Amino acid sequence: MPKSKSAYSEPGKLGKTEHHIIVVWVDNEAGVLARVVGLFSGRGYNIESLAVAEVDKKKHISRITIVTSGTPSVIEQIKLQLKKLIPVHKVADFKRNDPNILFKELALFKVVSSKKNREKAQKVCKKYNSFVLDKSKNSFVIQVTALRREIDKLIETLGPLGLVSTSRTGAVAMTRGAEIFK
Amino acid sequence: MGKLISGAEIVFKVLEHHKVEHIFGYPGGAVLPIYDELKNHKTIKHILARHEQGAGHAAEGYARSSGKPGVLLVTSGPGATNAVTALTDAYMDSVPLVCISGQVPTHLIGTDAFQECDTTGITRPCTKHNWLVKDVNDLAKIMDLAFEVATTGRPGPVLVDIPKDIQFKKTNFVLKNSNKKKPNGKSKPNGKISSSDLDKVINLMKKSSKPIFYTGGGVINSGPEASKSLRELVSLTGFPITSTLQGLGAYPGDDPLFLGMLGMHGTYEANNSMYSCDLMINIGARFDDRITGKVDEFSPNSKKIHVDIDPSSIGKNIKVDLAIVSDVGSFLQALNKRIKEKHKDFLNSNKQNIAKWWKDIDKWRQKKSLSFKNSKDVIKPQYAVQRLYELSKNKDTFITTEVGQHQMWAAQHYKFNKPNRWMTSGGLGTMGYGLPAAVGVQIAHPDKLVVDIAGEASVLMTMQEMSTAVQYKLPIKIFILNNQYMGMVRQWQELLHEKNYSESYTAALPDFIKLAEAYGCVGIQATKPDELDEKINEMINTKEPVIFDCRVDPAENCYPMIPSGKPHNQMLLGPEDEKEEVTDEGKTLV
Repeated sequence: MPKSKSAYSEPGKLGKTEHHIIVVWVDNEAGVLARVVGLFSGRGYNIESLAVAEVDKKKHISRITIVTSGTPSVIEQIKLQLKKLIPVHKVADFKRNDPNILFKELALFKVVSSKKNREKAQKVCKKYNSFVLDKSKNSFVIQVTALRREIDKLIETLGPLGLVSTSRTGAVAMTRGAEIFK
Repeated sequence: MGKLISGAEIVFKVLEHHKVEHIFGYPGGAVLPIYDELKNHKTIKHILARHEQGAGHAAEGYARSSGKPGVLLVTSGPGATNAVTALTDAYMDSVPLVCISGQVPTHLIGTDAFQECDTTGITRPCTKHNWLVKDVNDLAKIMDLAFEVATTGRPGPVLVDIPKDIQFKKTNFVLKNSNKKKPNGKSKPNGKISSSDLDKVINLMKKSSKPIFYTGGGVINSGPEASKSLRELVSLTGFPITSTLQGLGAYPGDDPLFLGMLGMHGTYEANNSMYSCDLMINIGARFDDRITGKVDEFSPNSKKIHVDIDPSSIGKNIKVDLAIVSDVGSFLQALNKRIKEKHKDFLNSNKQNIAKWWKDIDKWRQKKSLSFKNSKDVIKPQYAVQRLYELSKNKDTFITTEVGQHQMWAAQHYKFNKPNRWMTSGGLGTMGYGLPAAVGVQIAHPDKLVVDIAGEASVLMTMQEMSTAVQYKLPIKIFILNNQYMGMVRQWQELLHEKNYSESYTAALPDFIKLAEAYGCVGIQATKPDELDEKINEMINTKEPVIFDCRVDPAENCYPMIPSGKPHNQMLLGPEDEKEEVTDEGKTLV
């Protein structure tokens, strides 16, 4: 059987995939998120999570935090392509294991189960700055802030303890120390 | 408090401010207020196309041949969607276009109103930027910014979507003359080229014994001065130079230092030089996949310098050793100055260094890779292009093309000596580009000879624009290399799909002579090689638009060709080379 035939070359050697957190400061105008997200989907880049909100009310600047993965050259392209978008002011790129960067994600869990399991669940969440936001006879809603992978793990642990609903914000990031990204 | 004027009038005020003389378009419901306003602006002439895609390609031809942005005016819904092909084409080939589209009134947006579509959504990936104007007070600023974005940095298309109510609404017209504040500093590459970068370039040039300039459309886009500087640089160094499809004309095609076009259908000497060089100086080209072939084996032993105005073009496909983000014109000027100041005798002192290299190149040249077996009985397409070149080269001729074999033959056999004389759809490869592009070129250059070297399949895609040419008395010449096949498709099917010519033969073609007459222009046909010159001269001397039906050998293939996943140093030169079996694996790679 002949293989598929096309007019294009075969893929070259691929570099190693890395996880990066890309932070983009944009004008908060109509369609800006579609531009950023469309760039990712159109060029085949990954989005693992996305968090966006206006951070400067006066200048109407929004901060978009995107967790992505790709080879070093793909990550470089992502940054360069983002910088070409007209409403984009600046683009920062952090490696996931960069010790100088703080990463946090907020999650809400709804647990419906027996008292015993709810207590267990609450205990598991304790070390992630947890707050119980709502309680009923057989349920509670709890908020945690943690790293992405910690939340991934929590979801696994909470499953058998009655986790019925999860909501996550996606990771946000900030540099440590007095420096800010210019 | 000044006089209040309508959104439609503001559109024209900004067009006038940017000295726009021609707009290409097609009216419709959602854009009528702008069309209504047209009569009040005598310096702006509207060219009525027959399809919005045609209007778009015409605007592209206008832009590429004149260096000015092309302006396109279309209605909402189908008007906008028909323009998408032209916008994408312009985006791929970096052509500055400003597309103004009508939109349904603001209060109807999102209701699936008649002729509504999400124009900004649809055109977002095929424009540099687009705007939906929601407030008439923003209109002047947005229109002005649209020109700024389209024409600066790496040029490209932009779109301004204007709802009908905004076109009617009145406001004060204020256009701040000082639009100096660039949108987030994107338009201009930052600052001057550092002399340390220039010295690095010169150092690499001195160390190299096998250098090559690889130049592209960026040189054309940078303006005629850039082409002049490129010529100077080549003469200062004595280095060989090759060009991409889009860069043809930046350097004289008949100059001995020019190796011809490179890439899939480039010359043997150009591709072998690219493979074997030890220094590649890329000026305004983008390492497109038609150029590089197999990336892993692309020019394995060379240091690479890449000069480009678009930082995202550098390192995208090929890693380079020295990246310089700059307008290529400014770079070339600065480099020439540096060489003349600090390395006056570069050419002579370096001659010995590259003498062996030129000997290698001459050996490759001996292969005469563009040669073909001519015939007395049937017109070979290459011969037709050669004759057209010989008979039109003494005029300042502008050539457009469609897409396919004829396009490659035109690129190989027509020698361009000036920039902006060659308009072809390279990145997107849009069949149907050439005829409307010729319309736009002729609008920009009413007294010049404009020829669309076409294929019969491509040209039928936008044939309706002949009607535009006739309306505006544009004497464009449509020189059809008629082989009755989608020739490039047929060629690939022959080489890769066991000659299964699936749907690539057009069993019913129009009589092009009668078609020409139906449109009100002149039809000429040539079927024998010995009548070709006379017929081409007849075409050139005809004052009306011409459709020239040049019946050529239907079985001719386009050579040379980099086949099946081979690197640049293993080209097919002609049918004799084909016998070497293409492996299954290789078939995916052409």
